Amino acid sequence: MILTILKLGWLNLRRDRVAQALTFALPIVFFSIFASVFGGQGSGTSRIRIAVVDEDHSDLSGRIIEGLKKETGLRVRTGLNDGGTGTLDRAAGEQLVRAGTVPVTVVIPSGLGASFATNGFAGGGPSIELLADVSDKIAPQMLLGLLQKVTMSAAPDLMVQGGLTQFEKNAGAMTDQQRKAVQAWLPTLKPQASGTSPAGGETPAAMGVGTRIVDVMASVTRRGSLVSFYAAGIGVMFLLFSAVGGAGAALLEEIEAGTFERLLSTRVGMTGLLLGKWLFLALIGFAQLTVMFLWGALVFKLPLFSHLGGFVIMTIVTAAAAAALGLVLATLAKSRGQLQGFSTILILTMSALGGSMFPRFLMTETMQKFGLLTFNGWALDGYLKVFWRELPIPQLWPQVLVLVTLTVVFLSLARVLARRWEMA
Amino acid sequence: MDVLQIREARKKFGAVTALDGASFELRQGELLALLGPNGAGKTTLIRAVAGRVKLDAGEIRLFDRAITWGRTPPELGIVPQEIALYPLLSARENLEIFGRLQGLKGAALTANVRWALERTALVDRQNDAVNQFSGGMRRRLNIACGVIHKPRVLLLDEPTVGVDPQSRDRIYDMLGELTREGVSLLLTTHHLEEAEARCSRTVIIDHGRVIAAGTLHELVEQTVGRHRLVTLRLDKPVDGAALALAHGGASVEVDAEDPRVLRAKMHDVALDLPPLLERVRQTGHLVDDVEVRGPSLQSVFIHLTGRELRE
Repeated sequence: MILTILKLGWLNLRRDRVAQALTFALPIVFFSIFASVFGGQGSGTSRIRIAVVDEDHSDLSGRIIEGLKKETGLRVRTGLNDGGTGTLDRAAGEQLVRAGTVPVTVVIPSGLGASFATNGFAGGGPSIELLADVSDKIAPQMLLGLLQKVTMSAAPDLMVQGGLTQFEKNAGAMTDQQRKAVQAWLPTLKPQASGTSPAGGETPAAMGVGTRIVDVMASVTRRGSLVSFYAAGIGVMFLLFSAVGGAGAALLEEIEAGTFERLLSTRVGMTGLLLGKWLFLALIGFAQLTVMFLWGALVFKLPLFSHLGGFVIMTIVTAAAAAALGLVLATLAKSRGQLQGFSTILILTMSALGGSMFPRFLMTETMQKFGLLTFNGWALDGYLKVFWRELPIPQLWPQVLVLVTLTVVFLSLARVLARRWEMA
Repeated sequence: MDVLQIREARKKFGAVTALDGASFELRQGELLALLGPNGAGKTTLIRAVAGRVKLDAGEIRLFDRAITWGRTPPELGIVPQEIALYPLLSARENLEIFGRLQGLKGAALTANVRWALERTALVDRQNDAVNQFSGGMRRRLNIACGVIHKPRVLLLDEPTVGVDPQSRDRIYDMLGELTREGVSLLLTTHHLEEAEARCSRTVIIDHGRVIAAGTLHELVEQTVGRHRLVTLRLDKPVDGAALALAHGGASVEVDAEDPRVLRAKMHDVALDLPPLLERVRQTGHLVDDVEVRGPSLQSVFIHLTGRELRE
């Protein structure tokens, strides 16, 4: 008897290709995606993008910037735009971090070069500031180490010069002969600055230039913002699941039940029918995300009410696009089983790449670019702008534009695909 | 007056020919049965009339206007074979939804919902969810949702499939009332006796073609004729050739599968049957059973298609 039940299960599985795919292919697909996302695989580099603001305009600051540019682990911009154009001041550099364009902006303060030339190893001058979003645990720390290395290797001659100045100040002036010898020696140190410093050439922080990390997001209620990130990430993922499930119920179940045919024989027509279904799914999605964020506000102190405008805008466009995507998938699928199998793979893939499970800004640059191909990527970028970076609403325009465009494209595609039901 | 005219309707789905030049018409206030085996093209024809199937060739005209593909004319009501209702909604809610989608609103919608509930005898259950209804009640509501906008022509695809005889009678009573109100009905069915008893005319379709159309009387005259079919079951196998020769009045055949069964077509049973019985007795056989059947759609159908109407 038990063997008969076993055989029954086997026969059913053998003939159900969707079940086979869900059982065997899905885990492999997901393993590969997660290995790529979290393992940093892929052909792209994982260089950290930074901005550098030179307030000093000294020989030293120039050499530090050149040194940073030569670091293979960094992609440095010194202008407002990626190409290096536009004036980059401290405020603009901070804004770049707040907007998530770069994880760190290095500010070389005015007077650093002069202080260094005077004090050398002794320090005491103004510190280089790293304007950063400290939620990124990697980039600021990595840059801190690199800066020490670069300052040490970029200007050893200046450092020695500063050291000798200190020596003269405390131990008495050098003789002319000594001074000549030093002048002859210093230029031999300088060429090292043109090359990348040898590996392992770390210098204790106290020996170089003073550095400090400034958290530009400090004004944000961190805990609440973190919750809002997860609310958006999980919310968008479930929004997709419910939109696809709802679209499946709205279309494929109705087709099976015969009500779809009946609806089409009324005056509503296919376009009206799809628009009606889309509107319903979008409203449900809006309500779903609202309930989730309200719960977050009540239980986890998510700062919903102070960011209500941005939340409403992002939720409207996200729910609208998710509903339209649901309709596309439902019009594409031949059966509910197919819809479920395909959409599960697609949604979880998009969620992993798009940052629903792991913040995109912590992924490698290549994976971040891949993330922009996903629906979740744009939606989450918008929510991050609202809750995390606290940017003004007009700055949501790229995300809103993309999601509205996606909605129109998805709806048009669903209408074209739905023609097969009209032609049947 | 013809309210619906179908002329040389042709439709292929890939290599399968669903309609192969079907032509017939529906007259004002009649209940026309569209009869045919599975795969004969009945549902395709119904969907083509509803504007849901684009014909490869031919024309369908409703009230002398050509049906446009993709648009169901408002004069048309459609009752699908499936119970196309929302099971979690009440009868009233289902009617209101489909009424609104047919363009009804306000007092007109309220009046039509009331009318449909009364017609289907569902007034007492109007607020109950459909998933609590019996099969017969669902079938009635299924029809009500198709007539909520009071169409002048109603297409019904197997409206009585899967319901008990009482519910079937009730449904036909409902359809009868609609025809008395001037609605023209075209229904597909597998039930020959229903078509015979309830419908004013019958169109028989097979392999996408109309092979006969008319009243039962006309069909019988066109095909099997007015004679009766007499079946005798004897106690033992019989030599049919000898009997036929000996019996002059009617042609007698022995059933190929059961040589104890004789069939004879008789124009006048009173005149032709006694001599046959006498001859059977004379050949040393006893008669176990006698059956006399008048001409029916069943015999017409078998005559035309060479087979029983399969489910």
